Amino acid sequence: MNMRRFLTNLAALAAALALAGAGRASAQLLINGAGATFPYPIYSKWFDEYSKVDPSVRFNYQSIGSGGGQKQILEGTIDFGASDGPMSDQTLAKAPGKILHVPTVAGADVVTYNLPGAPRLRLDGPSIADIFLGRITKWNDPRLTALNPGVTLPDEDILVVHRADGSGTTYIFVDYLSCVSQEWQKKVGRGAAVKWPAGLGAKGNEGVTSQVKQTPGAIGYVELVYAIQNQLPYANVKNAAGNFIEASVGSVSAALAAATIPDDFRFSMVNSPGHDAYPIAGATWLLVYQQQRDAVKGRKIVEFLKWAMQEGEHNAPQLDYAPLPPDLNKRVLAEISGIRY
Amino acid sequence: MIAATAQRKVVLAPPSKAGDAFFKFLTWGMAMMVFVLVALLGWELFQGSKISLQQFGWRFLIHDWDPGNGNFGALPFIFGTFVSSLLGLMIALPLSLGTAIYLTELAPRWLRRPALSLIEMLAAIPSVILGLWGIYVLVPWLRDHPYPLLQKALAWLPVFRGHIYGQSFLSAAVIIAIMIVPIITSMAREVFRAVPDSQREAAFALGATRWEVTWLAVLKGSRRGMFGAAMLGLGRALGETMAVTMVIGNSTDISASLFAPGSTLASAIANQFSEAVDDTYRSALFELGLVLLLVTIVTNILAHLLVGAVSAPQDAFNA
Repeated sequence: MNMRRFLTNLAALAAALALAGAGRASAQLLINGAGATFPYPIYSKWFDEYSKVDPSVRFNYQSIGSGGGQKQILEGTIDFGASDGPMSDQTLAKAPGKILHVPTVAGADVVTYNLPGAPRLRLDGPSIADIFLGRITKWNDPRLTALNPGVTLPDEDILVVHRADGSGTTYIFVDYLSCVSQEWQKKVGRGAAVKWPAGLGAKGNEGVTSQVKQTPGAIGYVELVYAIQNQLPYANVKNAAGNFIEASVGSVSAALAAATIPDDFRFSMVNSPGHDAYPIAGATWLLVYQQQRDAVKGRKIVEFLKWAMQEGEHNAPQLDYAPLPPDLNKRVLAEISGIRY
Repeated sequence: MIAATAQRKVVLAPPSKAGDAFFKFLTWGMAMMVFVLVALLGWELFQGSKISLQQFGWRFLIHDWDPGNGNFGALPFIFGTFVSSLLGLMIALPLSLGTAIYLTELAPRWLRRPALSLIEMLAAIPSVILGLWGIYVLVPWLRDHPYPLLQKALAWLPVFRGHIYGQSFLSAAVIIAIMIVPIITSMAREVFRAVPDSQREAAFALGATRWEVTWLAVLKGSRRGMFGAAMLGLGRALGETMAVTMVIGNSTDISASLFAPGSTLASAIANQFSEAVDDTYRSALFELGLVLLLVTIVTNILAHLLVGAVSAPQDAFNA
């Protein structure tokens, strides 16, 4: 065995690898983000597409949850955060600089269930609240049968399934229930996790999905995309205008268009007044400092955000997210232009 | 060659004690690392839970968990942790002791090693795998077959009343039992093996039957050791997270029924940490960790005191 030649080859290989690595590292700027899991699929699609638009930056996004996203942007350990709920005044007050909320897309929570024949049910806010409060306990309760003429509902116990983990999905759902039921607001309230008056908890959208699928008579709430992918039935929900609306990208966009959105973009869009608006919907946000510390990174982040608003939004419907309506999109672009670096 | 070696030995200096001292110091340092680690862990948890400690004080231990209204307390989780762990222990203990007795006293020699290896392999199954198996296989089966039977037979007991969801304290206890059987079995086996054969022979010589020998010569003298084994199993059960989270049903209600869903200290932390956005909430989760650490430490200290008190040789302790 020719040891010397082997070593020479090895050294050459190592040098080549080192050069290649150094070349890549110096050419690409790494921008770190972390936070919400709900928008992870579309964000990773955006980062992937954007790497073709601007090969000089690479985005690294960790979907650790909205709590982690908010905490890390406050501490400045990441370049941008992501959250399924807007930051509270109290939390924002702790930030070293002004944090901007950039709404990106919106999604819907659907009420899904396991009933023989998988009928398309019609539900209204108060009845959903009473089911999850444990007040309505049978599927053939008069209030449910009255809402669903023509559907035979079985004389079976309703088994409530909710999220066990803290989640933006839960926030949207209980935010809606708090809007439509005073008792819910007083007794349970809002939050990414709450003290559920009834039922059992499963982990993640996939946990709730499989629990509902497995258990006859179960009812739960999941993001729209999970119900579609698992072919679970979901209810049409009565909106503020009195219409029963099916959850879809279109009806969530309608809700977004009709929602009142303040200038800091911290808003809730549940129970939106629009005629065709689906009422249990919520947006998700990217969190960035208005004054960027690093000029190069700051410029790249602004370029990316502008691209996301102008181009990236077109990807949203394929992934079952609702894009921002045009006038909101314009307002968000103006906000992005205000980022300084 | 031999001569040269012999020559050298003569000129060697007398052995120095410095090496020994250094070695002792080194190993002492390593041993201390463990204490330092636990102390730091406790300190960090204490620091993290400061806000919650200030806001809720001792009431934290007896208060309900209501994140929607900003009120936090560990009571439902302490309750769930003890109910699921103790119940798990009650299921695991007879199984483990029976297995250990069979393996030390009754099993043919060729079977002992393979059987023990198999049981120890059970301990190597990752928690999350057991949890998945729990969700998709064990819990639906328990829900459809044994639970309704149990309810029918024992409906007069309040602990077997109520709706059968599947995910429940009882299901968590069954999973915990599966996870702690290997520990208790191998511990108990060591304890039984520590009983000198002369005791067994003496009992046989007095005309005792196999059962009487096991009872009088082995079990009676090993009570403390068995208790220690059970306590170590309990220590593991208290902190068990992933599999329990997956099958306990994650409700914060305190229910008398074992068919009702509940939560444990560990499962609450695992579930809620990632989306805990405000400081009080996060701090309360840290305090749950602190409570869990204290509960586990106290249990383990108790276990070690008890095991240490056994008259058997040290190997029972080191198993």
